[in-house]
Amino acid sequence: MAYSFPEEVLEYVFAFLSSDKDRNAVSLVCKSWYEIERWCRRRIFIGNCYAVSPQIVIRRFPKVRAVKIKGKPHFADFNLVPEGWGAYLYPWISAMARSYPWLEEIKLKRMVVTDESLELISKSFKNFKVLVLSSCEGFTTDGLASIAANCRNLRELDLRESEVEDLSGHWLSHFPDNFTSLVSLNMSCLGSEVSFSALERLVSRCPNLKTLRLNRAVPVEKLPSLLRRAPQLVEFGTGAYSAEIQTDIFSNLVEAFSGCKHLKSLSGFWDVVPAYLPAMYNVCSRITSLNLSYATVQSPDLVELISQCPNLKCLWVLDYIEDAGLKALSSYCKDLQELRVFPSDPYGAEPNVSLTEQGLVTVSAGCPKLQSVLYFCRQMSNAALIAIARNRPNFIRFRLCIIEPQAPDYLTLEPLDTGFGAIVENCKELRRLSLSGLLTDRVFEYIGTHAKKLEMLSIAFAGDSDLGLHHVLSGCESLRKLEIRDCPFGHKALLANAAKLETMRSLWMSSCSVSYGACKLLGQKMPRLNVEVIDERGSPNSRPETCPVEKLYVYRTVAGPRVDKPDFVWTMDEDAALRLS
Amino acid sequence: MNLKATELRLGLPGTDESQKEYSSFVKSNKRSSEGMDSSCNEEECATAPKAQVVGWPPVRSYRKNVLQQQQKKSDSDVSGMYVKVSMDGAPYLRKIDIKVYKNYPDLLMALENMFKCSMGVYSEREGYNGSEYAPTYEDKDGDWMLVGDVPWDMFVTSCKRLRIMKGSEAKGLGCQ
Repeated sequence: MAYSFPEEVLEYVFAFLSSDKDRNAVSLVCKSWYEIERWCRRRIFIGNCYAVSPQIVIRRFPKVRAVKIKGKPHFADFNLVPEGWGAYLYPWISAMARSYPWLEEIKLKRMVVTDESLELISKSFKNFKVLVLSSCEGFTTDGLASIAANCRNLRELDLRESEVEDLSGHWLSHFPDNFTSLVSLNMSCLGSEVSFSALERLVSRCPNLKTLRLNRAVPVEKLPSLLRRAPQLVEFGTGAYSAEIQTDIFSNLVEAFSGCKHLKSLSGFWDVVPAYLPAMYNVCSRITSLNLSYATVQSPDLVELISQCPNLKCLWVLDYIEDAGLKALSSYCKDLQELRVFPSDPYGAEPNVSLTEQGLVTVSAGCPKLQSVLYFCRQMSNAALIAIARNRPNFIRFRLCIIEPQAPDYLTLEPLDTGFGAIVENCKELRRLSLSGLLTDRVFEYIGTHAKKLEMLSIAFAGDSDLGLHHVLSGCESLRKLEIRDCPFGHKALLANAAKLETMRSLWMSSCSVSYGACKLLGQKMPRLNVEVIDERGSPNSRPETCPVEKLYVYRTVAGPRVDKPDFVWTMDEDAALRLS
Repeated sequence: MNLKATELRLGLPGTDESQKEYSSFVKSNKRSSEGMDSSCNEEECATAPKAQVVGWPPVRSYRKNVLQQQQKKSDSDVSGMYVKVSMDGAPYLRKIDIKVYKNYPDLLMALENMFKCSMGVYSEREGYNGSEYAPTYEDKDGDWMLVGDVPWDMFVTSCKRLRIMKGSEAKGLGCQ
């Protein structure tokens, strides 16, 4: 009595599956489901561009419309990955240009994108709609001009936090006069001034514009003109928010903001003159997301603004907010879900603001929905961490950066093991954790025992021995990404848990004690991993095998050793791997 | 002759010198008893310049750049720039905030009022030649300079103290 649904029916059903996990599960049921699914998958996510090759992707999924690709490891954000390491977009675009003529979306993170790639994108995909370049680099504003000029159906152009060589602001003027489809524009990372009249006209003729994030070069007196032309805006980022105080600028701004009844998210605020903040008070009651992380404004002014935002869900702010400001936040913003507090003076020897562990304790107590935290501070205690953990067992992301490496509990001078232990024990849904302060192997024992849902762990200047690393690799069942710097971990835990590495996306270890010999051994033992030794001191063969490597990046791959390595990267046991593939 | 073998250096015998450079910040003795070792570590820390460890704290470069630029602006707005002012023959010194003044004529007028002296007008060639008194200042390098030679903004950031010198003594500074 074996009959199955016709293909068309299965395809119809599969169309309702949007999550990759579900689609992957479906494709494992049987061969025919695998075949049907692969022909109808429209969106793919590639978490590591070197885990698979463009050819393999295209062969399996011939009808893709949207790709999301991530390149360099996360620590590249902090200059730990040398320039020229890799993550080039071009090979992907060149392959997709031939095979995916109907591609609509490209979203990238930490990839090297050239003007050539951008031009190829703009000319190859007739229905191209969405380009998101997050923390990318390698292109200039000329590349943006190609996109503007050729992508007739473009909806989103988002350059968030990318490093763009800013040759001029002319690129914006390349959007044709009959181009009206823009929904989202984020140019906040650019330096040059764009033609303001071109910007005004663009905003005027795009009725669906929902997100507009300007760059620093747009002065505050020009904002009203833009806001008046786009009262439907939902997300808005200002430019420099400063000018000499003039009543007419202020009143224009108030009026313009008042006209935007749908604004939910505000950002920008470079060079803020506090007197201009009240211009936004009329929209504050609807605001759910506020990025004040460039606003060098003192706590009282911040509190004044925040106290008007009862619906705030996400706040990014500098430590100028201080403990007092965080206390106010916890009383006014009961819906708060995400908080990021950045350091205003990360290299100063002495604290320049009164922001301590107390601020975080207060917010964790007062904001019942708080689930995601990034907090830079200068002192922490186990007592505070325990209190935070008990207050907020619903944390999903907890990233704490105590600025001084290996800083102990400032009250007891003990390591912060028990504090972080409380976090992992209480927060059973924790997916991401960043550690700091003085930590022994014990904290890793707690993590391995309790952090069963942990997917990403960042470790710096912590631990005593390989036992610490072993606890993590053997205990954290859901671990996908592990990044470690300046820890006394050698090869023992790595080699003992080599199989674990195939269940993870990647492992990064820099300034640790993993010997070259151990790296070679790992490469030999695990042919489906790329074990990359990154060392700018020259070939590791010129040093004894016991010598630790500078940096190690291990990731699972079906594409074999990569062919675009620079001269400071070696893939271990490349020969054996090539023979096997 | 294998001189390397007899070389005095840190590290286990048989290991290469480059090995000791691998760890930028790993402290080895931190778990030992507090007394001795912590004082050793403190000394270590005191002599070494405040560690500029690569990528720590983990703040992205665009954020660092923005903060640095804004810091400079706000620092210069908020804090005053008080410098001591001495006058030859006066029994005690005064202190003024040079940030309060917009340019040299402003400053000179204030000094003239404060000390009841006359310094005349600055000229590039002659300095304050012919005046009863001449204003001089000590710069960042510890040198005594004639007030007026460099652009005002540069003066404000490099001036550490002022001295109103008797005209006769200042002659040397003004002449070519």
